[in-house]
Amino acid sequence: MMRLKFVLLTLGALLAANTHAQGSRANDIPRLANGKPNLSGVWQAFTTANWNLLTHGASAGPPEFGALLATPPGYGIVDGDEIPYLPAGAEQQRRNYAARWKEDPEVKCYMPGVPRANYMPYPLQIFHSDSGMLIAYQFAGAARIVNLGRAQPSAIDSWMGVSNARWDGDTLVVDVTGFTGQAWLDRAGNQAGPALHVVERYTFAGPDAIDYSATLEDPQTFSRPWSMHFRLHRNSDNHAHLLEFKCVPFTEELLYGDVYKRTKQ
Amino acid sequence: MTPRLLVLTVLPLALACSVAGAQTPRTPWGAPDLQGTWSNATLTPLQRPADLKDKEFFTADEAKAYVKQRLSAQSGDENIQQDKTTGNVGSYNDAWMDRGNDIVPTRRTSLIVEPKTGRVPAFTPDAQRQFERDSAYAAAHPADTPEDRYLTERCIGFGGGHAPMLPEPYNNNYYVVQTPDYVTIMAELNHEVRIIPVDGRTHLPSRVTQWVGDSRGHWEGDTLVVETTNQKPNRHYYGVQMLDSVVSDKFKVVERFTRTARDQIRYTATVSDPVFTTPWTVEIFMHPQTGQMVEYACHEGNYGLRGLLSATREEERKATESKR
Repeated sequence: MMRLKFVLLTLGALLAANTHAQGSRANDIPRLANGKPNLSGVWQAFTTANWNLLTHGASAGPPEFGALLATPPGYGIVDGDEIPYLPAGAEQQRRNYAARWKEDPEVKCYMPGVPRANYMPYPLQIFHSDSGMLIAYQFAGAARIVNLGRAQPSAIDSWMGVSNARWDGDTLVVDVTGFTGQAWLDRAGNQAGPALHVVERYTFAGPDAIDYSATLEDPQTFSRPWSMHFRLHRNSDNHAHLLEFKCVPFTEELLYGDVYKRTKQ
Repeated sequence: MTPRLLVLTVLPLALACSVAGAQTPRTPWGAPDLQGTWSNATLTPLQRPADLKDKEFFTADEAKAYVKQRLSAQSGDENIQQDKTTGNVGSYNDAWMDRGNDIVPTRRTSLIVEPKTGRVPAFTPDAQRQFERDSAYAAAHPADTPEDRYLTERCIGFGGGHAPMLPEPYNNNYYVVQTPDYVTIMAELNHEVRIIPVDGRTHLPSRVTQWVGDSRGHWEGDTLVVETTNQKPNRHYYGVQMLDSVVSDKFKVVERFTRTARDQIRYTATVSDPVFTTPWTVEIFMHPQTGQMVEYACHEGNYGLRGLLSATREEERKATESKR
């Protein structure tokens, strides 16, 4: 009993010290048993960055879809509202933009890559424990294992990259490398190359919001590293969890329709 | 270390190991801890080979011989040699396969433990007729559109990524993470994520179906019990191990995950679907892995499906020309 009292006292003192050091905000965020912030939950960004990372006005979609596929206007999420392309990168973006209704990997239900997966208009769900972390994305059923242990190099290039995490105080810093370079950053055709290195920062801003930032470095595409900021909001509705969005079957006609055999109904 | 200290240290360990429950690793909130990276690769086939008749278990010597024979029979390179004579381009060679190097530790001759035949039970007469209709259609329409093809070829699903989690020829790895409300299993094959709520919420409405069904879990003692319903019916649901079947809207799987040792999860799954004359149960053992899972980007590089459809169109064109 004496022992339990001692533990409780120590715990109380630790919590008090924690509050003192980090302000009252640190108290009301969910935490794991090991004291680290617990990022588990269903999250979604309220931005129009998936249409265009930069500030943009409304614009028309393909005419046959009327207002349905029009681009909603919105403020950008990029620091300085500018992407510092090298000439070849800028040219690639222009080519992508011209072909965006066909060539955007989102059209084909390809995995969205990082950081795009985080600001698509679909929810993501984080499963976070003292020993493991998985980010499941609704779009295309993409997923990332976030390695909380010793950093591991990427074994192969991939769409979602290899994620190694560390803590900087209460901020989870995730280093992501090993990309194929085929992912786009938005429907406007912004794109990095295979040398892309992303550093993400996840910091709670209250119990139901995460301030997210990503710094993108790719000396083959950009003249300097650049950053984006936005907020992830918790979906705290009862029983919210990801439902299946396997979009592959929705793209088959589009991708392979020219080699179908058409039989009369 | 003095002998006395050694005794004191060893004794509690021995006691703990004698009780299965006591050695079950636990999460901070007290649930059995299934987390980590696991593999269910095995040389044991889903169904007992016909020549083994009613033999349920191998002896130790028979097991050794069977493993040796399976490992040597697996040479994909030999298959490719044979395929050259038939004109078939063949399948992957061995470097790509990962069926493990051993059979299940029980030395059973099949993953199916019920019924005792070790084989998938017969269809009911109605389901048998549907299976035959479906098979006849498939023979007449091998590749009109992707919907005629296997879910694996379309990158929609593999046997390991949903209930029952049946091993496939490769990438039989799983990453498990737990929270108080969920047990989530990511299969390496097709980056399939099974989100299993364990907080007592109800199933989706029955009109909503998913390719991975809808799973709900709960703990029975130290066993995770998962019930899966709301399955999208598909002839190719079960993956490579079964290839074709019939799946009804009453399909249900009950899986049980028990951490029977630090390095083992005993997994059973009972499939009950009124298309079968009796439910059937598999027993599979999962073992921890130390490497990292890699991304299995299937659809993003699916040249195979286009090749398959366009080659079929070419064969049809040639057939039409030769008739003229």
